[in-house]
Amino acid sequence: MRVLPPLLRRKPAVAVLMCVPLFALILGLVAYPFFHALFLATLNKAETAFVGLDNFTFLFGRQTFWMVVRQSLLFALVAVVFKALIGLAAAHAINTIPTKGQRKWRGMMLIPWVIPPALSTLGWWWLFEPTYSAINWGLTKFAMPAVPWLSDTFWARFSIILVNVWVGAPFFLIMYLAALKSIPGELYEAAEMDGAGPWQKFFYITLPMIRNIIAITTLFSIIVTLANFDIVRVLTQGGPLNTTHLFATYAFRVGIESGDIPLGASVSLFMFPMLAILAFIILRNVRRRAASLA
Amino acid sequence: MADVTLQNLVKTFDTVEAVRGIDLSIPNNEFVVLVGPSGCGKSTVLRMIAGLEDVTGGDIRIADERVNDVPPKDRNIAMVFQNYALYPHMTVAQNMSFGLRLRKVAKSEIRDKVQRAADILGIAELLDRRPRELSGGQRQRVAMGRAIVRDPEVFLFDEPLSNLDAKLRGQMRIEIQRLHQQLRTTTIYVTHDQVEAMTLADRVVVMNAGRIEQAGTPDEVYHRPRTRFVAGFMGSPAMNFLDCQITEANGSTVARLAAGPALPLPAEQAARVRNHIGRKLVAGLRPENIREAASHDGANSSGVPHDVSIDIVEPLGRETIVYFRLGDATLCARVGTEVHPRAGEQTSLVFHPDRLHLIDPETDLVL
Repeated sequence: MRVLPPLLRRKPAVAVLMCVPLFALILGLVAYPFFHALFLATLNKAETAFVGLDNFTFLFGRQTFWMVVRQSLLFALVAVVFKALIGLAAAHAINTIPTKGQRKWRGMMLIPWVIPPALSTLGWWWLFEPTYSAINWGLTKFAMPAVPWLSDTFWARFSIILVNVWVGAPFFLIMYLAALKSIPGELYEAAEMDGAGPWQKFFYITLPMIRNIIAITTLFSIIVTLANFDIVRVLTQGGPLNTTHLFATYAFRVGIESGDIPLGASVSLFMFPMLAILAFIILRNVRRRAASLA
Repeated sequence: MADVTLQNLVKTFDTVEAVRGIDLSIPNNEFVVLVGPSGCGKSTVLRMIAGLEDVTGGDIRIADERVNDVPPKDRNIAMVFQNYALYPHMTVAQNMSFGLRLRKVAKSEIRDKVQRAADILGIAELLDRRPRELSGGQRQRVAMGRAIVRDPEVFLFDEPLSNLDAKLRGQMRIEIQRLHQQLRTTTIYVTHDQVEAMTLADRVVVMNAGRIEQAGTPDEVYHRPRTRFVAGFMGSPAMNFLDCQITEANGSTVARLAAGPALPLPAEQAARVRNHIGRKLVAGLRPENIREAASHDGANSSGVPHDVSIDIVEPLGRETIVYFRLGDATLCARVGTEVHPRAGEQTSLVFHPDRLHLIDPETDLVL
């Protein structure tokens, strides 16, 4: 048949048709799970009865839940701040190397980011593990006390943040490096003629020029860090005494391991409004600034 | 205000010698234009004066102080960059005042200086805008304003007009000239555009392959080029070069052009080439010294007519550029609008020997 059906001859119809796979993906992988989670969160533990917001009221009454909220925020804030600072410093350092030598450094710095985190965290676990800990072995060699890396609340939190920073900093590095390279060299020369020293160049030229990238990278990292699962799962399973649980691991503990899927869904849904508001604020600023630079 | 002296200035990048021993003395208030083809080292010289490139050898002196190792900010110079290099996140006023703010100049003084510079350049109403809201010409003005507010002893311009369209370039050229007349600050200006060089400069410095070929007034480098390179570089369309032989006939010295007419040399020039009689030299003749037969400019008397076959005709309105063949060479002539040559036509053109440049092919020096 040479003639297309009338519906397909209309261009908008074709356009919509070609977007169907995308819509299907979003529907299947985003919308359906989201609404299903909403639905689950309103059921009782046996998933037999509608209980409204009872799961949430139950959660809000539990100290462990609020502890997880505080821990998740602390974890995300501290980790993102360090990732951002280390990434920026490393990007600056690499940017000052002559272009020829940059590739191998960039490649090496990216390694933590490209290894699957579950695997690399296992490596870290070996370093921390009390019996075989290479770090403690090193410490005791220098007559320092062994550190209970994973069994003390402070050090356990320190450890998961450390590993998260180690995994995540290269992402900041690569984003910042790209942003730094996009700043025209003439601006620095002009600033030098204007009498700016290294710090002034950084604060008056570099920072304002890469502010958007910083904002977007930070937002992205906050979302990913708040939703982190594998590091805690492998290193501490949330212990000692739940003091390293994050939203995702706590949801897993409550929903899967303790068999209360509706309650687990409620925990994971709690992140959503927080992240949505954050994303809205940051993206709005980015748009404004982008418009003023362009 | 200050004079600038370059002594045996050398710059090497890895193995490439970009600047090979430049000596130049720029007196106070002078407007010097460094001109040359790309890669001749002119921008490198400027950037060394600015302090943006290290000096490999030789000395730079500003106001009698050796500044080789003085950081740019302490040389009391200001530079206008090719791409303006305006800070995109700052307003025009902030751009102009950035250097003063870093130097902790009093706020009221900064405001006065910015206002005065903005008035001079006619950008007072743009002070609150950001660079992206400005046209190319306005950005150029802001870049100049940023240099002016600093009240420097030396202005450096690095091809400042090359990003503007032809019409705007002409306007800005005039403004730069006016600015220099007003401020009288020593100015070093780099360009590859010989029109800019000729129109702006008190003194033109023609550079080639890292060396100075000639430094002189626009008049000197145009009418009395010292080397074949300068002769060929200055002037558009470029000077015609063709082989010639110097012979003596009937007591007068003539330059016999290859496949062309024999041009009798003026007495003074004949004296200069006395030692080259019988030798093959290169003759350089500008297009305006080959005219139509019926020229009205009165210089006809000394001209030698010659029949040529016209190749290409480029009418420009107030004159016509004619390309024609002479033996193997394609030459260019400028004729008035009274004649209307056509491609393929045979016509008689008059060669004027009074402005003939004779070049020794072994040294490339103009005799």
